[in-house]
Amino acid sequence: MSGRYRILLPVISLAVLLAAVFYLQPRAMSYFGLNLLFNLAVPIALATIAQMMIIMVNDIDLSIGTFVSFSACVTATFLNDTPLLGAAILIAAILAYAAIGALIHLRELPAIVVTLGMSFVWGGVAVLLLPSPGGAAPGWIRTLMTVKPPLVPMAVVACVLIAGVTHVLIMRSSTGTLLRAVGGNTKAVARSGWSVMKLKAGAYALAGVFGVLSGMCLVGLTTSADANIALRYTLLSIAGVILGGGEFTGGKVSPVGAVIGALTLALAGSFLSFMRLSPDWQIGAQGAILILVLAVRLVFSRRGRKWKGAENG
Amino acid sequence: MAKSPLPAMLGIVTRPWFWAFAASALAFIATLYLSDGRGGGELLAAALTFASFSAIVGIGQMFVITLGPGNVDLSIPATMTLAGTLALKFMGGETGLIVPGLLLALAVGLGAGIFNYLLIRLLRIPPIIATLSASFLYQSLAIWWNRGLRIKPPEVLADFTTGALIGIPNLTVIGILIAVVSWVVLERSLFGRWISAFGQNTRAARLSGVPVEAVRAITYVSSAVLAAFTGYLLASFSGGAALNMGTEYLLISIAVVVIGGSSIAGGNSNVPGIWGGALLMFLVVSMLNSYGFGAGVRLIMTGTIIIAIVAAASGKGRSA
Repeated sequence: MSGRYRILLPVISLAVLLAAVFYLQPRAMSYFGLNLLFNLAVPIALATIAQMMIIMVNDIDLSIGTFVSFSACVTATFLNDTPLLGAAILIAAILAYAAIGALIHLRELPAIVVTLGMSFVWGGVAVLLLPSPGGAAPGWIRTLMTVKPPLVPMAVVACVLIAGVTHVLIMRSSTGTLLRAVGGNTKAVARSGWSVMKLKAGAYALAGVFGVLSGMCLVGLTTSADANIALRYTLLSIAGVILGGGEFTGGKVSPVGAVIGALTLALAGSFLSFMRLSPDWQIGAQGAILILVLAVRLVFSRRGRKWKGAENG
Repeated sequence: MAKSPLPAMLGIVTRPWFWAFAASALAFIATLYLSDGRGGGELLAAALTFASFSAIVGIGQMFVITLGPGNVDLSIPATMTLAGTLALKFMGGETGLIVPGLLLALAVGLGAGIFNYLLIRLLRIPPIIATLSASFLYQSLAIWWNRGLRIKPPEVLADFTTGALIGIPNLTVIGILIAVVSWVVLERSLFGRWISAFGQNTRAARLSGVPVEAVRAITYVSSAVLAAFTGYLLASFSGGAALNMGTEYLLISIAVVVIGGSSIAGGNSNVPGIWGGALLMFLVVSMLNSYGFGAGVRLIMTGTIIIAIVAAASGKGRSA
């Protein structure tokens, strides 16, 4: 599947799912309905972008869920009570992410294990900050997340914005190209004189930034936090990147696809409740949808290969 | 140092599993130091019991990780839960149904393993995503099956899982037996060579006549069967299956493989290290517990220790 068509399947899956939701629940086809459907998708989309930054450099981040929980806890406590200190903590956390990226590269460590270890660390700090659910959302974040722009609901605007900004950053800027090159051919990047360590640290720092943003948005929506608030984001974000047409190796990622993948996963939950499916099967059906989309992708890519083969032959 | 008169000892020190056991011993001593040496026997028994669960799932995960980058089984927790739930509900506390219950649990593992493999093979889904999506299905199945009802295991079975054989917990005996069999399979059998060959260079392995697809299928199936077996034991040990009983074993299963000195890049694994890693994971937590640290500090220390061990034992530091 060439890059141009990579985005096609995520778009189609989202459209099909959205059409199904509208068919089942026509009232969802409104400003309010759309906002309700996609509200919780904003932090998931940001976490998915964070995960994409790591997958882009051929690593995988198993700590993003606990990191988002940690950021949410900082936002609901320090950032609310003493904004300067809160901001300092969040910036330190982003620097820590960069340091992990550098460490992984310098010592040639397996990212899957280091991030696994970090998931304990972030989880531990989050428990220390908020042993029981609580805290409060800073007023400005709450206002930002509940703002009602004309015509299109906040959640949709935010997702388009996230997709646009990251698309420019990753697909259009020279830095983004270099970062993707690290995933594509690390040796070539190193030989042409770039510091792979700095680039990897940069990719991890970007992941940290989007992780922090995800935590802040989440608190803005839920108005309080707890240490386990976003644990499922780790798996959701990996699934979102893959659903969005990204691949585990080779720096082949798509920011727009990743956001759409996250939206699809968030929508899958609403779709299933509209289907009046027993809550027992909610998680299972999400897995089934994931499998289904990947199966369709296989059919697409096979056909693509056949066409290419015919042209060449 | 290079010309040490004790090459044999150095030989042990350079074994990848040495550090896991050394660190376990340190954690054990540090815990006993606090109690002036009392309770050492109990601590060891507890460590051996709980480490068996981690070791058995860890061995399954190790076989999968040996297959090389991208191969990891994320469905272990869900498979454990599903097997434990189904088996305990089926047995319903009847002593006579212990063996059929065990067979049912193993069949669940077999089914889950085959399903995982088919997703990977037929749908060409990356193993991480395949086992992840499949685990959602297994988890739902477990929820639907008994809606979180806690059914007690048959008394004989509960006694067996908490009992001991000449001082060694029964579960440890099982865990060590599985480890020995796995070691023989990995190090001494043709199949073990095939797994390593797959992990080192799949293409070369295929060209030299290794039935790569069969190797991959058997590996994923054995991981799932071992997870199911652990779920059966864990549910019987803890007096009933809980829907979240497998959760912590996702991280543990991967952590013990890596702490034990197996290469996460695949192709090079060792079984003794799994037990070392499993003991370490339990002893570190109980050490931090006995020093009165809260849950937060305990998590932070566990994570830091995992990273420190990996940073010290692997990467550029090791000349292997």
